[in-house]
Formats: sequence, C-alpha cells, structure tokens
Amino acid sequence: MNSIAQTLQHLLGDTLGWALWKLLLVVAIVVPLTIFVAYVTFAERKILGYMHARLGANRVGPKGLLQPFADLLKFVFKELLTPTKTSTGVFYIAPLIILACALLVWAVIPFNATTVFANVNASLLFVVAISSLGIYGIILAGWSGNSKYSFLGGVRATAQMISYELAMGFALVGVLMVSGSLNLGEIVKAQSSGMLGGSILSWNWIPLFPFFLVYVISGVAETNRAPFDVCEGESEIVAGFFVEYSGTSFALFMLAEYVNMITISAMASLMFLGGWLSPFPKSWGFVGNESFVWLLLKVCILLFGFIWYRATFPRYRYDQIMRLGWKVFLPITLIWIFVLGAWMVSPLSIWK
Amino acid sequence: MVTSVFFYLFATILILSALRVITAKNPVHAVLFLVLTFVTSSCLWLMLNVEFLALSLILVYVGAVMVLFLFVVMMLDIDTETIRNGFWKNFPLALLLGLVILTEMVIVLVTKPIVITGSAPPVYPSVSNGIQLGWLMYTEYSYPVELASMVLLLGLVVAVALTLRKTNKNGKYQNISQQVNTESKGRVKMVKMKPVIAKSMVVEEGDSK
Repeated sequence: MNSIAQTLQHLLGDTLGWALWKLLLVVAIVVPLTIFVAYVTFAERKILGYMHARLGANRVGPKGLLQPFADLLKFVFKELLTPTKTSTGVFYIAPLIILACALLVWAVIPFNATTVFANVNASLLFVVAISSLGIYGIILAGWSGNSKYSFLGGVRATAQMISYELAMGFALVGVLMVSGSLNLGEIVKAQSSGMLGGSILSWNWIPLFPFFLVYVISGVAETNRAPFDVCEGESEIVAGFFVEYSGTSFALFMLAEYVNMITISAMASLMFLGGWLSPFPKSWGFVGNESFVWLLLKVCILLFGFIWYRATFPRYRYDQIMRLGWKVFLPITLIWIFVLGAWMVSPLSIWK
Repeated sequence: MVTSVFFYLFATILILSALRVITAKNPVHAVLFLVLTFVTSSCLWLMLNVEFLALSLILVYVGAVMVLFLFVVMMLDIDTETIRNGFWKNFPLALLLGLVILTEMVIVLVTKPIVITGSAPPVYPSVSNGIQLGWLMYTEYSYPVELASMVLLLGLVVAVALTLRKTNKNGKYQNISQQVNTESKGRVKMVKMKPVIAKSMVVEEGDSK
C-alpha cells in the first residue's frame, strides 16, 4: 500500500502525489460502500417479500441479483423536474448535502485495528457533528420543494432528528465514560480488555445495555425509517420531504438513507458489539482472531434488524415519537449515566 | 505552503459568506450563509489543532441552534418588499450602531493586550485537546462552569413555564401514557346472551320459494 503512495509521490511530487493517493483511498471506500448500499436495498426487498409471504424482486438477472442496477438505470434516465417558483440552487444542493454528510462520516470509521482513512483523536465527536449536518439537506429539501407536503415532511423530520440526537448523544457519553477516549479504534480496543476480557462478555453491550437499546432505536428514528418514518408518511403527506424530487436527485436521497443506515449499524457495532473483535476467546485459533469479517457480520445483523422492524411494527403517531424521545429515552440515559458513574468508582467496577 | 493556501481559502470564504449574510435578499439564504460562516470558522479552528472546540461549534451551533433558527425563518414567510420599505427610516440608527461596533473593534485591535496577572492554567501537551479542556473545566474552573449551567437551566425552566398552558381548561390534551396503557377490558365489554330473533324475520318453512 505504502509503495503505491511512494510511487505516486515520486512521479507527481510530494503534495500532488499525496493528494492523488488520498483521492484513490476515498474511491476505495465510497465505491464498495455504494455497491453495499445497492445490495442492502435488494436485501430489503427480498426480506420484506418473504416476511409478507411473497417472492420479492426476482426478474432481473439470476435470482433478481441485478435488480439494484436496473433501478439505478431507471433513475438515471428519468427527467429531472423542477417545481416553479422554487429556489433552484437550494433545490439541487439539498440532496447533495445529505449525501455528502452521509459519506463524510466514513472518513473516520475504522475497518479494523489498523485500517482507517483518517485516525483523528475525536473521531466519535466528528461522526456526531457531521451526521447532525445532514438535517440541513432534509429541511432545505422540504422547504425548496415549494409544496405544503414536502415542507411538512421536512419540519417533521427535523424536529424528530433533533430530539433523538440528544438521546443518542447521551448514549455515547456512557460509551465515552467506560472507554476513556473519543477515538473509535480506542473504544474497540477498550472492549477487548477488562475483567471479562477477550470475548463477547467484555463488550460494551452487556454493562451498557440500556444505552445500546436507546442507541439502536434512536438510530432507527434518526434515519427516518419505519416505524418512525412519519416524515415520509405516505398516507398523510405523499412522500414527505422528497415529494418534488425525481430521477437522480431522488436516487441520491435513497442512497443517503441507506448509507446512514449502514453508518448507524457500523457505529453501534464499533461502540457496543466490539467492532472487529471476535465473539470467541483468542485460544480458539482462526475463529478467535479479530478481523474485518466480524465487523461486517455485525453490521449485517443490525441492518437485518432495520428491515425486520419495518416489516413488523406499525407507524408511530407523531406525538408518541416525541414522547418516546424526550420523556422516555432522555431520562433513561441520564439516570443510567449517574448509575454508571457510581458503578465505575465503586469497588465493583469491571473497567479497572 | 499548503496550510497557508487553505488558510486564505477558508478566510476568503468566511468573509464573503459573512457579507452575504447581511446582503442576501431571501432570509433563508441569509441563514444558510451564516451556517457556512460557522462551518468555515470551524475549519479554521481545526487548522489551529483545537479539534474539540471546532467539532463542538459544528455540533452545537450548526447542528442544533442554526437548524432551529432556520426552522423559524422558514415558517415566518417574510415578504421582502415590505421589509425594504422601512430601510431608509432605520438606516441612521443602524449606521450609528455599526460605527460604535467598528470603533470598539478598532480600539481593541490597536491597544496593547491587557496582561493578566496570576498563574496560567497548566497545559499538558501530551494529551489530546478534549481531555485538557475537560480537565480544566472540572477542576480549575468547575465553579464558573456550574454557575453557567445553572443559568442555562433557569432559562430552560422559564421557557417551559412560559409556553406550558395546562391551566387552560378549554385546551385539549392527550395523556399518551394512559392511551398506551389501555387494555381491551376498559374498551370492550363482553356480554353473554341468547340470540334474539325478531318475529317478522322468522321465515316459515316452505315459504322460501
């Protein structure tokens, strides 16, 4: 890997070669991520299909495996419509903001103990800060659509995302307390040690179970997925904030939604499920080794959960969503932070 | 070299977007330029290696405060023409205020900095920025931090007290916990009874042709 960087720097000079190398790394992250998104959409259609006792997409390619690309082609060849009297610049920038924020987070997400694009000190804070910027895309899309439906959808989405961000932030505070670092790699490393070190029992999800639960449920609300998808509640406001979008700009919204789902799953697996650590003890040899495959497996399990909730739960009423965020999750996390603090300084602490 | 190129790039964007905040006709656009100003100043802070402050600026101001601000501005549905009507009437006052602020800034810039006596807080260059800040906030400056948090809490309580109007008897409220906790027993009453058939409904056998 480093030899490629050195060759590039040798050929193009230090700065330019370095920039080109980083650009190549970005492509190496974004392209597999996009293909993963394509197959998450396909998996969603198939899983939902089987849960509804039907077959799902099975026409394009063997077993329907080329379906996501057929969808993409259809999006690309559709006409881009612009509503009248809209603020055109904002209208076209909004989906780009959402997608850029969704992808930017992946700059600091580690794939295993050594592979990470940018190993910054405060990577957890970076993820939270950047994903909070994604709201702008939604609110601007809702506003610039120049339609009552899309505006209502945008307003709903924003209020919901701001509310659940708080509960999510407090859940992260718990993780920070036990790992003592804002760096995602360090957080995973902290889970491999401790009193119960080295296996599934030492991961954060057992001592921090309330935070894990709050994080995953808030994650569903944060990505505006069912059962919290009131901002695109099609029975009330057609399709929410992206009513007025068509063609590729609509596809960007879809892409961003699924990238966000993967991000939330990856964050939950890194912070609570031990990331790339193996659930088995080190002495078991091959299956006990830490590897990227474990991270991928955990992400896939959590993504399956996302799809499962969609097939299972009916949509929440809007005031109930707000109540769940402010009156249930926020007090639970606040109280558990105090409990955790007391636990950590008591002789019973398992993190010393 | 690259660092100074980026510094001047960010500084230019910062100044231009700050100018557009006050010159943009559409108030929503003005708010968006304000957001851009915050983001670029956070980039400048990042270049100074104060990543914790830079990310908190994005998280708190851009991610929460400005979103609510944008929210309000969008809801207002401002007609830009009517606002422009009072422009020349308010111009002298605005000019005076602007001049006062400008003079103050110039005074601050040209005078020598006030030397603060007493020992400077300890700096630990080995640990990261966030840890240093947290360490100082909860040891050296814990009293002011607690005071500031009490002031914020007071503001929060007052805002809730001003907007909560439970005393209004005509208001309609839903008790969600009560709604969630309903059981079928409270809603449906199962009664055992024999079927009742009205006389006129009974069809005599043989009549059905």
